[in-house]
Amino acid sequence: MFSGFMVNAWTVSGIVAVVAGVVGFFTVLRGSAFAAHAIPNGSFAGAAGASLVGVGTLLGLGVFAFVGALGIGLLGRRGRHDAVTALMLVTMLALGALFVSLGSQYAPEVYSLLFGEVLGISSNSVAPTLILGVVCVAAIGLLYRPLMLSSTLPEVGEARGIGTFAIELAFLGVLALATAMTVPVVGTLLIFSLMIGAPAAARSLTDRPGVAMALSVVLALAVVWFAIAASYETDWPVGFFVGTASAAVYVAARLWQVGRERYGRRRALGSVA
Amino acid sequence: MSPGALLGPVFAPGFFDNEAVHVALAIGAAVAVVTGVVGVFTVMRGQSFAGEALGDIGTTGGSAAALVGAGPLAGFVAVDVLAAAAMELVGVQRVRGRDLATGIVLGAAIGLAALFLYLDSTQGTGGSSTVTILFGSIFAISSSTIPAVVALAALAVGLIAGLYRPLLLSTVSPEMAAARGIPVRLVGALYLLALALATALAAITIGTILSTALLIGPAAAALRLTRRPLRAMLAAIAIGIAATWIGIVLAYDSYHWPPQEHGWPVSFFVVALVFALYLLSGLVEWRREKGA
Repeated sequence: MFSGFMVNAWTVSGIVAVVAGVVGFFTVLRGSAFAAHAIPNGSFAGAAGASLVGVGTLLGLGVFAFVGALGIGLLGRRGRHDAVTALMLVTMLALGALFVSLGSQYAPEVYSLLFGEVLGISSNSVAPTLILGVVCVAAIGLLYRPLMLSSTLPEVGEARGIGTFAIELAFLGVLALATAMTVPVVGTLLIFSLMIGAPAAARSLTDRPGVAMALSVVLALAVVWFAIAASYETDWPVGFFVGTASAAVYVAARLWQVGRERYGRRRALGSVA
Repeated sequence: MSPGALLGPVFAPGFFDNEAVHVALAIGAAVAVVTGVVGVFTVMRGQSFAGEALGDIGTTGGSAAALVGAGPLAGFVAVDVLAAAAMELVGVQRVRGRDLATGIVLGAAIGLAALFLYLDSTQGTGGSSTVTILFGSIFAISSSTIPAVVALAALAVGLIAGLYRPLLLSTVSPEMAAARGIPVRLVGALYLLALALATALAAITIGTILSTALLIGPAAAALRLTRRPLRAMLAAIAIGIAATWIGIVLAYDSYHWPPQEHGWPVSFFVVALVFALYLLSGLVEWRREKGA
């Protein structure tokens, strides 16, 4: 399980989990779950189109992720944000459907783009993933203060000269970058589970932002590595384990939170009596 | 010039005699009516993400149905209704945290879909079911599904018609609706049921992950043309039917387009038309605002 090509799988998925944990924390904080679903999902068209014209998958993914992010940001400024996000997403997906039908791709390739193929990662994808991952985390590090302020107290941010729209665009840009690097590993449909499940679980376990972000990275790592090990043992698709384990982690964290609140209240009542 | 010569370049030979085309036109129209009616409320209530999620979750149903040898429509309906109930339980009715509840249910369901599609492909039902479920194939629907489609469509439209006044009030102002004694949560739950049915129907025409296009696109475009809900519904139905039918005609024509081996997917044309009509409606809205 730890030999040869599996080492690449462990390394690359580890990097992906760290990025998903960090970017996902802000996704949950800003309530951008829909954008986090739409951008990776829509960039599927980029991957399908790239193999049609014969350029690298990563380039296609990157271009479509950024076009999608820009479209959602700019069109959403006028009109209904969620409706625009949905329309942008399906238009890109429909282009993907066209590319798939025009090209000579077979169903298994479509499947692995959508649901990921972590066990087939080659050693030459480690370096690009690492570089993009570092860029992503560094971008979040640079944006940390303004992003935190405009996510939690947008009015105060505006008063201090932090444009809500500029921050939104910057964040969508980071999301697009994270998408381009993670999609080849976990698939367009599943990066979303990873970006939502673990950070949401972390947020319901602690109120302190720094701790929550660290916890979110740890949980994302746990989910991904568990999924790889389980997939290796059972031969079932890694996407199944990522999706269900993310949801399970969230449910467990919520139960813990509810239990703690109940217990705390009873103790408070007891001390009054 | 005869009408035939004029229409010749638009309708490829055999278009009007082809049974698959007849079925596609009929189902496309029925589905456009439902998605127009339900979609206007989806956009007004800001529940596009729920619609999108239910569409994607349909994949789980379609792939499970293929696994047990049932038709995809049954799978879409069953799983979408279950998922709508799960979202309602997890807390989709509160605006805050609603996206999160939707996202968690969606993530888990997609994980299951990944497993079912994998099992489908190992069972030898052919990997093609992945593409069919995800991106739809309206020309492959058999005419025996029409009664079920019409019945489900009638049920969804009936639900909205029966709920119309309380639903409208609780959409525009939940507080006022509650003050008037309307059970806002129950109305919301019943509406979610109609949404699940509409999404399942949209999924059989243009595929699970594209179904949102029919649900949100025509309604969002219509709401830019008029603010009145009933007029918006009629406009959304018209836009939906136009996009679906023109899409079917173009897809039929595209058999003669490059590359020659096969036609372009219907779903691509439908979604592209919906998106174009949405952008066009923005132009109309902008000109009217400038004039006013």
